[in-house]
Amino acid sequence: MTSFSPGTFAPAPGRGRLSRMLLTQARTEFVLTLRNGEQVLLTLLIPLGILVGFTLLNVVPVPSPRVDNVTPRVLALAVMSTAFTGQAIALGFDRRYGVLKRLAATALPRWSLVAGRMLAVLGVVVVQLVVLGVVAIALSWHPRLVGLAPAALLILAGTAAFGALGVLLGGTLRAEVVLAVANMVWLLLVVAGGIVLSVHALPGPLSTIAAALPSGALAEGLHTALVQGSTPWSALGVLLAWAACAGLLAARTLRLS
Amino acid sequence: MTLRAPSAAVEVRGLIRSFGTVRAVDGLDLRMPPSTVLALLGPNGAGKTTTVEVCEGFLRPDAGVVRVLGLDPIADSAALRPRVGVMPQGGGAYPGVRAAEMLGLVAVCAARPLDVGWLLDVLGLTSVARVPYKRLSGGQQQRLALACALVGRPEVAFLDEPTAGMDPQARRLVWDIISRLRADGVSVLFTTHLMEEAEALADQVVIIDHGRVVAQGSPAELTSDGTERQMRFAARAGLDLGTLCATLPAGCRASEPRPGGYLVEGSIDPQVVATVTAWCAQQGVFAEDLRVSRRSLEDVFLELTGRELRP
Repeated sequence: MTSFSPGTFAPAPGRGRLSRMLLTQARTEFVLTLRNGEQVLLTLLIPLGILVGFTLLNVVPVPSPRVDNVTPRVLALAVMSTAFTGQAIALGFDRRYGVLKRLAATALPRWSLVAGRMLAVLGVVVVQLVVLGVVAIALSWHPRLVGLAPAALLILAGTAAFGALGVLLGGTLRAEVVLAVANMVWLLLVVAGGIVLSVHALPGPLSTIAAALPSGALAEGLHTALVQGSTPWSALGVLLAWAACAGLLAARTLRLS
Repeated sequence: MTLRAPSAAVEVRGLIRSFGTVRAVDGLDLRMPPSTVLALLGPNGAGKTTTVEVCEGFLRPDAGVVRVLGLDPIADSAALRPRVGVMPQGGGAYPGVRAAEMLGLVAVCAARPLDVGWLLDVLGLTSVARVPYKRLSGGQQQRLALACALVGRPEVAFLDEPTAGMDPQARRLVWDIISRLRADGVSVLFTTHLMEEAEALADQVVIIDHGRVVAQGSPAELTSDGTERQMRFAARAGLDLGTLCATLPAGCRASEPRPGGYLVEGSIDPQVVATVTAWCAQQGVFAEDLRVSRRSLEDVFLELTGRELRP
């Protein structure tokens, strides 16, 4: 039997360093995402498969050079998969497992419950960009260099918009419902939201709708930046508007359990 | 240092909290002095967890005043949380996180945490330090949750069913820890279904039912009920108790609830025991299995909350 010496648990309360708390939380969630097989499938393997498949196989009509036209869409898909689908599902199950309550009971400030998650998502997005970028370059991708900075801005705004939507979905519903809805929305947006097919290739009203969706805005915006080399301000505006609206709503509706 | 130390670690007055039409807590009062242990005891659905979650700042009270270390759990949350350790019911960790990672994360949130490796070792979690949370046994998850509650060296600990799902060894360890916490000056409020747990650990037991306090006091106060005790013994069936009752002091009653099993109730003191054994000797019988006992906390609990099963 263990016996404890006097003073073992003598109170010595205090708050940890904020930056350290936030980074540790973000690192933990980042590592957990990369360790989770389903998440890796969603965030890396599917985008990689599409990148390589659509570039090398002539199944879908893509303007040439194929890799230059496929890559921006694959990057948009990667951001959406991580920030929205993956994050919503993880948040749904984390709530189920009492993580949010657990963390909310520590000295960690409330806002960092979400900020830490966003930081982790951003980390995963960076990993995706590096992996997908390297593979695309190996497939002789030549992005317009003047478009790189606007593309980075778009990816940040896209991560914020999809991340906020992910928190909105994952932070309110039951875990199983989140799983179903997040996957369904992902599939819908991939097919009809301007990700795989260009917004311009979609029929009539769907094309207008898709352009106003974060998926369409991000994919078209990245295409504009990386293929044409110009800054797509309207796409950036659409993404920021989604980020602001979904963010405000998510902050009000997030439930700890 | 605060100028005036709060006189109570936890103080709850007139707490009311409903969920829809169900009133989970209905005018509850309790007061836990610093460096003491309070056990919140009650049947399922009595309002234990709701009460604790209000104290932790997770639930907003509909009415009433709640103070933890003199602070409001919601309005003063940022100041209070570093000083409070929380073990939520059913634990709380990422499904895929390793035990050591989770404890490390919670430890980072504190200024002067306990050593994570030591705490894992003490709680018997070293061998599963790298096992994902969802693959830990229920008892291991509970122990990790307890570690997370204590790692920040809190002044007050709220432990919601800390020994649920634990084997007897682990339960014993938790009892040791709670005793040590109290001796080291930590105030502990815990909920339990286990009478022996409340009896062994708590300075104060608060029995609640339907969201109200039905009894409170030290385990001794709750079970002794003045000087009321029971004395039981076995002897030949059918003894004439009339002569015994005549010699017993007023307030003592003798009966034979089952053949050969005798019960004397009332203010049982050594004199009464002597009277009974002398009477047995007169009757030419030997009093076997003679036993004097207090009411158990379980008797008190069942008397107060009834014997029917709760949904």
